[in-house]
Amino acid sequence: MKEELFVSGRMNDLIDPSLNIWHWQIPLYLFLGGMAAGILCIAALYYIRGKEKEYYTAIRITPFLAPVLLVFGLLALFIDLRHKLYFWQLYTNIKLQSPMSWGAWTLMVVTPVSFIWCALHIKDIFPKWNWKYRWLLALETFFNKYKKVLAWVMLIYGLILGIYTGILLSAFNARPLWNTSIMGPLFLASGLSAGAAATLIMSKDNIERKQFARIDLVIIGIELFLIVHMFMGYLASTQVQVEAAEMFLGGQYTMTFWIFVVILGLLIPALLEILELRKYHIPALISPLLVIFGSLMLRFIIVYAGQVSRWLY
Amino acid sequence: MRYAMAVDTRKCVGCSDCVVACQTENNVPHGFCRDWVVEVMDGTYPQLEIEIRSERCNHCANSPCVRCCPTGASHFEEGGIVLVNKTECIGCGACIASCPYDARYPHPDGYVDKCTFCYHRIKNGMKPACVEVCPTKCMYFGDLDDANSDVSVVLKKRKYKTLIPEAGTGPQLYFLI
Repeated sequence: MKEELFVSGRMNDLIDPSLNIWHWQIPLYLFLGGMAAGILCIAALYYIRGKEKEYYTAIRITPFLAPVLLVFGLLALFIDLRHKLYFWQLYTNIKLQSPMSWGAWTLMVVTPVSFIWCALHIKDIFPKWNWKYRWLLALETFFNKYKKVLAWVMLIYGLILGIYTGILLSAFNARPLWNTSIMGPLFLASGLSAGAAATLIMSKDNIERKQFARIDLVIIGIELFLIVHMFMGYLASTQVQVEAAEMFLGGQYTMTFWIFVVILGLLIPALLEILELRKYHIPALISPLLVIFGSLMLRFIIVYAGQVSRWLY
Repeated sequence: MRYAMAVDTRKCVGCSDCVVACQTENNVPHGFCRDWVVEVMDGTYPQLEIEIRSERCNHCANSPCVRCCPTGASHFEEGGIVLVNKTECIGCGACIASCPYDARYPHPDGYVDKCTFCYHRIKNGMKPACVEVCPTKCMYFGDLDDANSDVSVVLKKRKYKTLIPEAGTGPQLYFLI
């Protein structure tokens, strides 16, 4: 039997007995950023493919959520910083090896782009909107002219934003649970499905709703595959990753993960969406709300459990 | 130049003088530490084995903290010493999460703090405070590129290990076994 004791000094509750440095702010931001990324990607993709008539809500209405989500996400990130007044140091250099650095730059692009996208569609929500100043009107005409370019920027940076929230965690090899390259695609898929769910909630058009239920179903399938794939990866890896997986396979996070993320967040909404596509009448809000809830729980559980997983020596 | 430290686990008695010396020398805030003592007990009574280690930042050659830092506040100083620049640190916690040795802590003033190998002392030709005060003289410090430095000499003579080299960090804190 091996027993390890800190005889002196390190009794710091931020790192002992397990890391406790990131609290609600980080998973909340990862969720909000991921969902905003999903909304923007879907809007941009369908705009580029010229589906503005069919998917009116997804392209023109749902994106109004994105800047709100991003602003609250950024606020959460800011609250998390311990040396707040130095936050601008993020923008004094680009460090490609640090996902947090290029993530910060991505946010710098995506946030204004999401505001511009909304500004271009603001008359859909407030028909009597008046820009008042001529230079604002000129800006609107300018961006309207290059709307396709804007959509491409939004699509690419949206994808980077969605995947970076996972890569951010996977870059930490000190925390075996996070240290898997599946984390990026998993978080991207989860963000996209939350984005599709947002349109499911907001759309009044039956054809659009059906299409988004189908999209959501496909993404849920991908997510389930990625989750299984992730655990296969852990179990075939080193001892520390086997131990990380065991937290979810009988350990302390088993119930929360499988019930809240997999059953409530993926399986039940998938089932409800299948039933709905088969013409059963299901209350419209249940499945998208569950998807969004599952997406939020996934971030919380992964961020908290990752801090518990560690190397032993 | 490659600074490194060796700790003799067979001489260390776990008195914690190194911890107190560091806290005093570096004005470490109450409740925190840059170095600490770990006692590992192995076996069942009466076949017991004990290993005592004075641990601190490993000043890794391939530092995850330097890699993850988004602002460049965590950086390599001369001789491979990993330092944090207070006025560039935003306190995001990425480096704390990236360190498999949990060697960093958030200073109450906001920035992240850690062992500096007493950079301010070694620049002036002195040893780090922990090495200086050790009553059993179990710590060795110096330049690995200099074959006659304390640490090079002792690492030539003795068997040693590093902590979780399989994490790919290239730790520069050696434990003589």
